[in-house]
Amino acid sequence: MIEVSNLTKTYGKARGIEDLTFSVERGEILGFLGPNGAGKTTTMRIITGYLTANSGTVKVAGYDVFEDPMEARRRIGYLPENPPLYREMTVKAYLHFVCELKGIPKSRRAACTAEAVEAAGLAPVYGRVIQNISRGFKQRVGIAQALLGDPDVLILDEPTVGLDPRQIIEIRELVRSLGGRHTVVLSSHILPEVSMVCGRVVIINNGRLAAIDTPEGLSRRLRGSRCFMVRIRGPHEEVPPKVSELAGVRSISVEKVDFQDGKPEVLLSVETEVSLDVREALFFKMAELGWPILEMRPVDLSLEDVFLKLTTEEKLEDVVEVAASA
Amino acid sequence: MLKTWSIFKREVASYFLSPIAYVMGAVFLLLSGYFFSIILLATHSASMQGVFGNMAVTFIFVAPVLTMRLIAEERKLGTDELLMTAPVSITSIVVGKYLASVFTYLVFLAVTLFYPAILMFYGSPDMGPIFSGYLGMFLFGAACLAAGTFASALTENQMVAGVVGFGVLLLFWILGWVSAAVTGPVGDAISLLSILKHFDDFQKGIIDLSHTLFYVSFIFVFLFLAVRVIDSRRWSA
Repeated sequence: MIEVSNLTKTYGKARGIEDLTFSVERGEILGFLGPNGAGKTTTMRIITGYLTANSGTVKVAGYDVFEDPMEARRRIGYLPENPPLYREMTVKAYLHFVCELKGIPKSRRAACTAEAVEAAGLAPVYGRVIQNISRGFKQRVGIAQALLGDPDVLILDEPTVGLDPRQIIEIRELVRSLGGRHTVVLSSHILPEVSMVCGRVVIINNGRLAAIDTPEGLSRRLRGSRCFMVRIRGPHEEVPPKVSELAGVRSISVEKVDFQDGKPEVLLSVETEVSLDVREALFFKMAELGWPILEMRPVDLSLEDVFLKLTTEEKLEDVVEVAASA
Repeated sequence: MLKTWSIFKREVASYFLSPIAYVMGAVFLLLSGYFFSIILLATHSASMQGVFGNMAVTFIFVAPVLTMRLIAEERKLGTDELLMTAPVSITSIVVGKYLASVFTYLVFLAVTLFYPAILMFYGSPDMGPIFSGYLGMFLFGAACLAAGTFASALTENQMVAGVVGFGVLLLFWILGWVSAAVTGPVGDAISLLSILKHFDDFQKGIIDLSHTLFYVSFIFVFLFLAVRVIDSRRWSA
């Protein structure tokens, strides 16, 4: 439904996002996770057509957002980080205005509005002036606005930020209920929020893609294993089995085999248990066999970094959750 | 077109829900009423000739305040994200907003129709110059508002938009004085750009196509620039 390929956006000399590629399937809820300033908002603004990119393409429902912006926009409902509300209008007048902007025909307006009001739970404030309603309701008006016209794609930028714990839970429920019927992209800097709501998660850090996986896959990658690369000078066929039989090694994959100065070399990526450091054992084993280790380096550090930032926020969030349920 | 109309309606409602239209309307009408009374008392002639000129100068001060909010505030509040991501062209947005300011101005002008009504009641004014004067006021005011709309597109700070808009209008006003300092064709060419110079003939009862074209192109250029400025922002920020 959404295809983002090789998207790059720079601000002057500063890098916004770099070479971002991912896709979202119809009906899926995709989480867009990353620390503040990672490029989440920039990416969403490009998808919705608010910003342009330096290079790369974005397709929404088959329409290129740069070539065919009007067709693409007709299929997108967008909730920016700050809900775009006119404070002096009533909720009713505001939603009516958005209907007109989106070009929803007169005959369908009442039904569309009723549907969005129902889904976002706005009935209690429908006739009130926006500046007089609570933060949570304002956020709901923002979501209702995005839902108007039943767009295929919903882009929600940090929909729960600044809400109180009860409102956060309600909004999450609401977003979850939107999956299936709509394709949803939801950004957040809170890990548990994303794992609760989303089927798949894109993690970006410093404008780059750090990982795409299911929430379960991510936590497995995070907790269950550690990865490093090792280059060993030794026979191509014999080195990998010897490495994989070491205690604590989960899996290995041969990245490259070649000859340097006529001697065979193997580059392996080794995935191990977190609790067990196999590097020492690997060293002695290889020394015993007479195959020198030429290079050994950890990988996936950036992902760990991202998680470190995210998990510090997670703890804060957990406290809030506990307070809410108490 | 339909969307321009929606934006226009919302903007007009917003003008008359906020104090801006009332305050600026009051200021404009107070000053023009003052000019009308003083000039009438001084000349004892049933004509609006001097009044239009003074109303036009007054509007140079009023226009930037009317328009400064138009686009700057959308950016400040983030509502531009709604407009710019809706299936609406930037031109529709700018034109809709601009027309709302013109409509507000027309409401002010409509109130001033009171003056010729007074003249008609107590005397027999020559209606020709009054008609052409109102046409001139309309074109002149619409041009001022276009420059103000452009200024509002430049920044998210209303105050800055107001000051820049006023600066632009002041510049186009005083360009008319250049011909006194710079003689010859250069001075003449520069003074042709003056927004007030083109207004003179309208007050005298002359509807000249070249003056009309001047105002229409002035409006077109500034609205075009406003659209370009907004569009270019999608590339930078």
